[in-house]
Amino acid sequence: MTMASQELTCIICPRGCHLTVDENLNVTGNFCPRGAAYARQELTNPTRTITSTVRCDSKVLNVCPVKTKEAVAKGKIFDVMKEINAAYIHIPVHIGDVIVANIADSGTDLVSTREILE
Amino acid sequence: MVTRDLVIIGGGSAGMAAAVAAYDNGVKDILILERSEFLGGILNQCIHNGFGLQEFKEELTGPEFLTRFVKQVQERGIEYKLNSYVYEITEKKVVRYVSEADGAVEIQAKAIIMAAGCYERNAGAIGIPGDRPAGVITAGQAQLYLNEYGYMVGKRVFILGSGDIGLIMARRMTLEGAKVLGVAEIMPYSNGLNRNIVQCLKDYDIPLYLSHTVSKTIGKSKLEAIELSEVDENLRVIPGTAKRFEVDTLLLSIGLIPNNNLLDKIGVKQSPTRGSSVNQAMETSLDGVFSCGNVLHVHDLVDYVVDEAKTAGVSAARYLRGELNRGNKHILTQAGQGISYVVPAVIDVESAAEKVQFKFRVRRPSKEVYIVYSMDGVPFKKTYKPAIIPSEMEIASLPLSSFPKQEGCITISLEPKEAK
Repeated sequence: MTMASQELTCIICPRGCHLTVDENLNVTGNFCPRGAAYARQELTNPTRTITSTVRCDSKVLNVCPVKTKEAVAKGKIFDVMKEINAAYIHIPVHIGDVIVANIADSGTDLVSTREILE
Repeated sequence: MVTRDLVIIGGGSAGMAAAVAAYDNGVKDILILERSEFLGGILNQCIHNGFGLQEFKEELTGPEFLTRFVKQVQERGIEYKLNSYVYEITEKKVVRYVSEADGAVEIQAKAIIMAAGCYERNAGAIGIPGDRPAGVITAGQAQLYLNEYGYMVGKRVFILGSGDIGLIMARRMTLEGAKVLGVAEIMPYSNGLNRNIVQCLKDYDIPLYLSHTVSKTIGKSKLEAIELSEVDENLRVIPGTAKRFEVDTLLLSIGLIPNNNLLDKIGVKQSPTRGSSVNQAMETSLDGVFSCGNVLHVHDLVDYVVDEAKTAGVSAARYLRGELNRGNKHILTQAGQGISYVVPAVIDVESAAEKVQFKFRVRRPSKEVYIVYSMDGVPFKKTYKPAIIPSEMEIASLPLSSFPKQEGCITISLEPKEAK
């Protein structure tokens, strides 16, 4: 045994199966194949979509909501947040507008999720 | 006094979806009255994603989802007024509102759809012992300040209540640089989705204290600390278990309540959900007054809010055409063992469609159970559920023809799978 097995809770459906994964990525405790796939993804390359806000010069809103277009590697969350905090939006801005391209070298863009015209 | 065919109270997801459905079903004279400066309701501040999986088959953030409906409203030229606060509805369907632009206005409505959403249970309702400093605020309020105004309400945070709003804010505050010291949940199980426990707490090593509550708030003018105590099986604080946490912010995520005062105070029949009692057409006990969305019962998926609002909009259209007459045959519904409420409260058999939709929640997380539908005590349908939790509303569509009788009372209850 080179590595201890890992435990996690599946989030795919309300059963919340308690999963155990060994060092060969064999999954046990899952009720269905979706759980096994989730466990393997979580342990090899966990990713998260990040949603936050960026300051802007609108008259009605101080901040504009944004998101990473795709999920980014979990380890990069705070690198992405650093760049989000440094960004600034000059309105008008539309849903889908790229605010920061390839944010924190994550491979995905930061885009606006709100339309602000004034 | 001006007369309008349909007045809709609230321009959030429910109000907008109801307006669009009514319009598409022939009602052209519609007015949406929204108290805030934007359409979209609570989704304006819900900048996280997970909305729209059913409605649009996409995973959208709150603002993206609401914008789809704003476009639908605007494309149809449906009239809406912002910054307009409805303060009274009469039994004769007169709607009274105030706005800076129009002053105090009275409108005679032929039909009304109540879509005013819900509000958060607050500190006053639970009376935490201790001081009354600044820094104790509901999670939704903190979310509004952060996500629309850009203000952080504090730097060292404790959260009371493990419902999804509390969990989402645990993550949000952490991402913005706050230290979230923990989430307390009075029940022995969390009220939030597993996905949020993992992605909002586990991801950031934020501890979840089950069977705990905040037993004291400490601070002169500003919050300095809270005490966290264990509770027993009767949810009473166990003396001597208090632990002190130095925090400047206590976020409360302790429940959502339908914002139904306008109808409650004119005697419209109430439901155990604290919204109005409605039939399958979403009509309340007052003719031509409909209710949908969080003001009727609190939802977890906005997609279901939209679906319910569409029903209300279509019903309002039928009502205005004189097609929605209450008949004499009724089936009442009742929440039985293990179920906290059932919507609708009554089925009007003559105006019902072929299928009736039942919406309900279980009281506690359960595994390997049957949902049992009984009429006057006799079971007529059983559905097996491997797992079911209170925070996920159940929706079941049953054909009217499957009911043993077309009059009486249907009870929905939970029964454990029999041991072999």
